[in-house]
Amino acid sequence: MSAKRLVLALALTLAMACPALAADTLMMATTTSTQDSGLLDYMAPIFLKATGIELKWVAVGTGKALEHGKNCDVDVLMVHAPKAEKELIDSGALVDRRQFMYNDFVLVGPAGDPAGVKGKTAAEALKLISEKKAPFVSRGDDSGTHKAEQGLWKAVDLPLPDKESWYISAGQGMMATLAMAGERGGYCLVDRGTYISYEAKAKGKPALVILVEGDKKLANQYSVMMANPEKCPKVKKDLAKKFLDYWVSPEAQKAIADYKLEGKQLFFPNAGK
Amino acid sequence: MDFILEGLVTAVRLLAGLDPETFSAVWATLAVSGLSLTATLLLGIPLGFALGYFQFPGKRVVRTLVETSLSLPTVVIGLVVYAFLSRRGPLGDLGLLFTVSGMAIGLTILGLPIVLAITATAVEGLEERLRFTLLTLGANKRQVALASLWEARFAVLLGAITAFGRIVSEVGIAMMVGGNIKWHTRTITTAVALETNKGEFGQGIALGCVLMVIALVVNLAAGFFRRRAKP
Repeated sequence: MSAKRLVLALALTLAMACPALAADTLMMATTTSTQDSGLLDYMAPIFLKATGIELKWVAVGTGKALEHGKNCDVDVLMVHAPKAEKELIDSGALVDRRQFMYNDFVLVGPAGDPAGVKGKTAAEALKLISEKKAPFVSRGDDSGTHKAEQGLWKAVDLPLPDKESWYISAGQGMMATLAMAGERGGYCLVDRGTYISYEAKAKGKPALVILVEGDKKLANQYSVMMANPEKCPKVKKDLAKKFLDYWVSPEAQKAIADYKLEGKQLFFPNAGK
Repeated sequence: MDFILEGLVTAVRLLAGLDPETFSAVWATLAVSGLSLTATLLLGIPLGFALGYFQFPGKRVVRTLVETSLSLPTVVIGLVVYAFLSRRGPLGDLGLLFTVSGMAIGLTILGLPIVLAITATAVEGLEERLRFTLLTLGANKRQVALASLWEARFAVLLGAITAFGRIVSEVGIAMMVGGNIKWHTRTITTAVALETNKGEFGQGIALGCVLMVIALVVNLAAGFFRRRAKP
């Protein structure tokens, strides 16, 4: 076992020193949720086997990922901010968008539920939180989750509570934001995958529990798309097309459905639906 | 609190078990800091020496600028380097974004002011009489310069060690310019940032320990050179 690992470690060292030996590579900008949930680590070798392409990715907030796409820093994107994506498709910065999977957001909060939102719809819950001035912790970082949260406030005709005393704009990743909500006894919008990881880490005693779920407005659509070859001449057009075709293929869709975190399915394939 | 203990145990396990991801991060850290430290020293020592040794108009302005750049926030350096290396930027065609070389450029910008300032100060602090003593002994200008630099070697070595410390522990530039790509540009520090973001605090501590082991080895080597260089 030890000798095998030594060989693997050495092989990796050599592999990193000889980039020319690598297979075709494709550069992707994606969000933290696809990486932190383990989905990409699980899919990357499957993708390599199916297409012969080595996928390299930077996992940043959706806002930054879209910027990278606009600036031609990457070939393809995998993000979950449909409105922002459509704007960039319309402006021609990105092309060939394909919806391929979704999961959902859940509203979590302290078990005591001071604002009494349990079982309500997302809209009613936010109204109650706003009325009762219950602490609410936001990602505040222009990520897909943050954009979804802002969309929810708008959907219930509430002004964005940025300046309110009970609204906490964390400006951090999902786990850190959840930790903050746990500490402050506040409510938070989180993608189910990260919540499952959070719950598992809390070893059966999470400070936050799911209070609102299943609302249509909480659906979280993921799509893949590529940088526009007309605006970004260096984009690997053919590899990008293979990438886009792959994620909506039956093989990939099945692999996504098979991926489980802590025994629960995380992402739901929905290409062509 | 228990994650600190968990982290220490995990550190030993990762190193002894030759965990591939950890060693990939170790390699990336060594490659990036090796490249940038080399560039920093090759540029910084001669330029720092010149800054301290020679008199020239605007010397005080340059010194002030160098010392002010010691306070450059790493995320700002990262942003500026990104702006230059991005495909839309002036150096975009070099394809250096999200590569080890790109990160090394950013880290060199970080380490250079340190070596410049410390070398210049060390050289300026040399005794005035040293120059005259060497000249009376028959040294030419180049020999005087080299001998002066040699006299300042301990301070210069400290400058190198400080620059190394700053470079190897850096996160902002490595993240922004490197992208934290697994197996490629994920260094130990960016891996720690990722693990902490994921809530894997024990893993974060473990990787931090691994980094300290590397730093210890480097500083032991530096100590060896220091003893050998003693008069």
